[in-house]
Amino acid sequence: MITPQDIKGLIEAGIPGARVEVSGDGHHFEAIVFSDVFAGKTRIQQHQLVYATLGDRMREQIHALSLKTVLPE
Amino acid sequence: MSTIEDRIRQQVKENDIVLYMKGTPQFPQCGFSGKSVQLLKACGAQFKGIDVLADQEVREGVKRFSNWPTIPQLYIRGEFIGGCDIITELYEKGELQKLVAGVKA
Repeated sequence: MITPQDIKGLIEAGIPGARVEVSGDGHHFEAIVFSDVFAGKTRIQQHQLVYATLGDRMREQIHALSLKTVLPE
Repeated sequence: MSTIEDRIRQQVKENDIVLYMKGTPQFPQCGFSGKSVQLLKACGAQFKGIDVLADQEVREGVKRFSNWPTIPQLYIRGEFIGGCDIITELYEKGELQKLVAGVKA
């Protein structure tokens, strides 16, 4: 079963320098990702960036991942 | 051109607001789909709910169409708006209300 640490590791590996907070109960997860890479991108593009780091292994678990992307001030 | 993409393109063109969801607006079959329906109704949106559980081809086709891995998916005037997270964020910022009002005008 995938853990919050797995998700955090995948996102950090895929978006170097991002600050990532992930919580969840093994079925539903919440992730907040802070990164400058979101600058100038629409919300959809920001979320697609994060989904891309999770890859196919996360295909079904992504459904239960509530995602928030934030541009650090 | 693959027929499933054509079908989806047609659906989002013919209807101002389309929500690809699990279940129907009356009987959502998933929490995220249910929440999206609630928020659209809170904005007084008239929308077409398309149950992807009833059509596996659409369920996979819409994910390729928008390059978005999950359901639900909201389209307004043919434009992909986002999934439940973005719908919620738009609602909290009052932007979903503007998008819906823009359709009614």
